[in-house]
Amino acid sequence: MNQKRDDDILDIQDLKMYFPVTRGLLRRKVADVKAVDGVNFKLKRDETLGLVGESGCGKTTVGRCVLGLYRPTEGKILFEGEDITTFPEKKLREVRSNMALIFQDPYSSLDPRQSAGSIVGEPLKIHQMVLTKGEYRDRVEQLFHVVGLDPSMTDRFPHEFSGGQRQRIGVARALACDPDLIVCDEPISALDVSIQAQIINLLEELQDRTQGLSYLFIAHDLSVVRHISDRVAVMYLGRIVEICKSRVLYENPLHPYTRALLSAIPIPDPFVEETRERIILKGEVPSPLNPPPGCSFHPRCFMAIPECSQAVPPLRDIGDGHEVACIRV
Amino acid sequence: MAELLKVDNLVTQFKTESGLVKAVDGISYYLDEQEIIGLVGESGCGKSVSQLSIMQLISAPGEIAGGEVTFEGQDLLNFRANGPEMRSVRGAKIAMIFQEPMTSLNPVLTIGQQLTEMLQLHMKMNDDAARKRAIELMNIVGISSAENRIDDYPHHFSGGMRQRVMIAMALSCNPRIIIADEPTTSLDVTTQAQLLELMKDMVQRFRTSLVIVTHNLGVVARYAQRIYIMYAGRIVESGTIKDIFGKPRHPYTIGLLKCIPRLDEEEGTKLVPIEGLPPNLINMPPTCAFLPRCSYRLDKCAREPWPPLTPVNGNHFISCYADTKEK
Repeated sequence: MNQKRDDDILDIQDLKMYFPVTRGLLRRKVADVKAVDGVNFKLKRDETLGLVGESGCGKTTVGRCVLGLYRPTEGKILFEGEDITTFPEKKLREVRSNMALIFQDPYSSLDPRQSAGSIVGEPLKIHQMVLTKGEYRDRVEQLFHVVGLDPSMTDRFPHEFSGGQRQRIGVARALACDPDLIVCDEPISALDVSIQAQIINLLEELQDRTQGLSYLFIAHDLSVVRHISDRVAVMYLGRIVEICKSRVLYENPLHPYTRALLSAIPIPDPFVEETRERIILKGEVPSPLNPPPGCSFHPRCFMAIPECSQAVPPLRDIGDGHEVACIRV
Repeated sequence: MAELLKVDNLVTQFKTESGLVKAVDGISYYLDEQEIIGLVGESGCGKSVSQLSIMQLISAPGEIAGGEVTFEGQDLLNFRANGPEMRSVRGAKIAMIFQEPMTSLNPVLTIGQQLTEMLQLHMKMNDDAARKRAIELMNIVGISSAENRIDDYPHHFSGGMRQRVMIAMALSCNPRIIIADEPTTSLDVTTQAQLLELMKDMVQRFRTSLVIVTHNLGVVARYAQRIYIMYAGRIVESGTIKDIFGKPRHPYTIGLLKCIPRLDEEEGTKLVPIEGLPPNLINMPPTCAFLPRCSYRLDKCAREPWPPLTPVNGNHFISCYADTKEK
């Protein structure tokens, strides 16, 4: 493993995921919903990449493609150097033991009729990670311990746990097979404010303790994403519009959408709020069924010029890994 | 500014099979004319129930067990919930905007029918006048080509647009107070910003007062003048936003501010979570509800009943025995 330390765990190349819209008795295809339309990024080992955007921007679809839950329309997903989009189902299963998913809703993502212990242990059985019953029990108890749950609670059922504890169960399940990549899809948005910090800290501690664990952290809350991520990719209508280090994102956002998104999030500090730039966007996110031509943000953009509707601006590297897709910057 | 609404020692409780739940346990606050206040807390802290109580929208097994709600010189709680006096206040003089723009509109009635209903009921307008006014209101809240959209059904509208309709409805009878209960929580960030700005403009333009009920401290910091922090059915701290955010004094408020990631934080900032869980409100002990999670606790806290709100500085109040100034 050591020689692979510095390489990318994930390399996504020109990923496209179109969902057909069908109509009529013959399910004739009439259009495509371009949920993801040409996304490129890399995720290094030990790194956390945040994927932010508003609903319908395709961030969850990217996550699902990475896990092999969707077959992309086009593009490559290199996981540990191999393109998983071409893998047959059986081989995909093997790869999946090395990746995991933490879901948004800790209420619906746990089977109410399964005990907490068997929820956490199920991946071990599926991927045949343990040989004996004793080993299985030890591993489950160890996982409970790791996420800060009392191992004596393995026989309890999900309804006996609070929201925060349920999410810990979800984290333990994700860790079961000792994955290298965890896709966290809005893992804290369903939790109360004072509980969110507990889960964020847990995820950070786990990454500090585990060698080579990477997170793809998908969320709409930019302050949370910026807190946990090393780099952040901002998505709008199926494309990445800006990708940069978390620090740079707040200090020097370049894409007008990123700037609007940042300014839309109030900071809990009236002294800071007094002097902040406020950009209130006009209109709403267009339908991905019929995106505007050129830069899909141009109808709402406060910096748009006629050229913006001509062609899709590519992501340009403007130095230090800061990439932005806008012809005006 | 003159005081518009004064809530005194309001108690709302729910009698459940497992015990008595005091969802709102003796809260007092006031609202001045043309003021924006924030009521902040986590789920289950009683912030929504307190507002529903003011409107007398609590149904069994819940009941308003005590307190006074003084509005325009009268105690609203003296009115029968379905009596004509309460109906002339509810929706007209005090309007409410709910969290779910998807469910708070009736799906089988057009937007126009729902907007004009209020105008006809409270303002006694005839059909034509109400329709004209409804179109005007839709224009005011930024719904373009209102003449064509007034006969659309709620499902033709996006979430943000539906919430605009809700705002139009709330404004329709020239209310003195608008209560917005998590008005933007289920919406996208940029839409949230649009709607909050709209609400702020409307409050100024129509000279109403606004109560924002939310869990989002950022929203309050940006829009409110004063805030009340609630925990387990009580107000634990109140003051101007500069008091609360600049010099928070209640352990819960201090904890809350340390556990939320800030957009402008330094790299490597660690969050300090509030350990433990919010309490179960069934048969609460008489002591401070935050005690089990509190890092400032004193021996006194476990012996004495819940501390009353006491002033620390001018208009800044906390309900705590501990000296939190030092830390």
